Amino acid sequence: MFSSKVIGITKITRCTWTNMNNVQMLLTNSMRFSTSSIKDRYYTDKHEWIDVNNKIGTVGISHYAQDALGDVVYAELPAVGTEVKIKDECGALESVKAASELYSPVSGKVVEINSLVETKPALINQSCYKDGWLFKLELSSEEEISNLMNEEQYGEFIKQDHS
Amino acid sequence: MKISLWIFSERSYSNNDIKKTALYDFHKKNEGKMVPFAGYLMPVKYADSITTSHLHTRKLCSLFDVSHMLQTKIYGKHKKKFMERICVTDVESMGKGKSALSLFVDDETGGILDDLIITNTDEDYLYMVTNASCKEQDMKILTEQQEIFKSSGHDITLEFLDSKDQSLLALQGPGSMSVLQKLVSSIDLSKLYFMDSSTATVCGVPDCRINRCGYTGEDGFEISVPSSRVEMIAESFVANDSVKLAGLGARDTLRLEAGMCLYGSDISRETTPVEAALVWTISRKRRDEKRFPGASIILKQLTEGVQRKRVGLIQKEQGAPVRGGAVIFGGDGQKIGSVTSGCPSPSLLQNIAMGYVDSKFAKNGTEVQVAVRGNKISMVVTKMPFVKSNYYSKPN
Repeated sequence: MFSSKVIGITKITRCTWTNMNNVQMLLTNSMRFSTSSIKDRYYTDKHEWIDVNNKIGTVGISHYAQDALGDVVYAELPAVGTEVKIKDECGALESVKAASELYSPVSGKVVEINSLVETKPALINQSCYKDGWLFKLELSSEEEISNLMNEEQYGEFIKQDHS
Repeated sequence: MKISLWIFSERSYSNNDIKKTALYDFHKKNEGKMVPFAGYLMPVKYADSITTSHLHTRKLCSLFDVSHMLQTKIYGKHKKKFMERICVTDVESMGKGKSALSLFVDDETGGILDDLIITNTDEDYLYMVTNASCKEQDMKILTEQQEIFKSSGHDITLEFLDSKDQSLLALQGPGSMSVLQKLVSSIDLSKLYFMDSSTATVCGVPDCRINRCGYTGEDGFEISVPSSRVEMIAESFVANDSVKLAGLGARDTLRLEAGMCLYGSDISRETTPVEAALVWTISRKRRDEKRFPGASIILKQLTEGVQRKRVGLIQKEQGAPVRGGAVIFGGDGQKIGSVTSGCPSPSLLQNIAMGYVDSKFAKNGTEVQVAVRGNKISMVVTKMPFVKSNYYSKPN
């Protein structure tokens, strides 16, 4: 199960993006017995997620992260046009209790930010995978995705994570 | 992102070092999110968000486990004289069943060693609650002073209460009196005013100590109970629908709105009572006699003034909240101080903070700038408390 998924990811990085659907099917097959239903979202060990579509990656924070943070009251996002490298600090989310820095999951250029979460940061808690996305990146290296965790690997990771 | 679960960086404890209060299992059962704080695993929050928990405390009431704090009893013929050696309160003149906020002060530097509540009980001992983070230091100071005091022929005995044996609960909020009265048979709480203290039978457990005080700016009680019965007592409180559990997160935002200091952040051995605007804790009589720990420095500072003062800061515009450590700048861009605590205020929906600024900038209404991740945020020096306190004081 585990190895087949690794193969799946490797294939993503090798194939063209137009073939994504086939790879997704492959992944879906390999994940048939998994409880997870999310196929194309990848996670960092810092709890950001990225969903790549035609070289554009949408970035947000995971459900686990938003739950750990509590009520987000302020979102500081990178400016559109900013070039970021993988793991660069590129913003911060403030909750009632503390500030938490955001890191870019991959390298690229910021092409869009979700200005809705700037005016309504609670969206990050209410809908961290949809309406509460943070920014979009034009990826400079699609290979970097292969270093990230898929849903199941991330699920295992947060079981052990006590950060 | 780097998730900050809690605003205080804790030195790491091995599993053997870190302590649990008697309510640890109760916290876990009630979805408490446990974090290390002052050597104990304590709930930072429960199922509700900190904001929800905070607002509930202001509206009805919340139960906090504060058993990590150090409870001490002081016995002996010379117990009051003994305490006056270490703290700034006129203990000799305290009425029976009265409590006061006091400070331990370093005699040489005038720096604050701890803040505490001292109670002159109507029994044969003084009762004291000091900070968990200062536990080792306080026990050392008290024990050393005890030896010196005893060797000069004085009668004094210290009893440090271990959290294994004695727990401390804080019931805070405007609904506290009606909740507690239902579970207390032996006293009439409507006659127990702010900073009064009494023993009482709580949920059938005799000799619990009730102090009408707290750390939220609301009416409330701190209740010292045997650890063997604390879970039953906590269960009895939360069985009342108006009571919810609250953790360190809400405790911190509540106390900051109330303008109260957190030892180690807002006050420390590096700050004097004059700088910290806590001179009011030094009893008038002791100031007049010029005899209290740190008197030489503190009296000099009172006459000559101090370089910096603790102030409240409020952010008029929406923006990033400022946190402890952020640098404060004056109008000309010069550094004038730093923030010691800050949070978004759940009651005011504005960002609030406290910190130290150059005394020239300490006047209410002064506009300052605070640096947050490269940006400068405008804030205004503001009188504290930020949220009006709501104590059950004796009518005049």
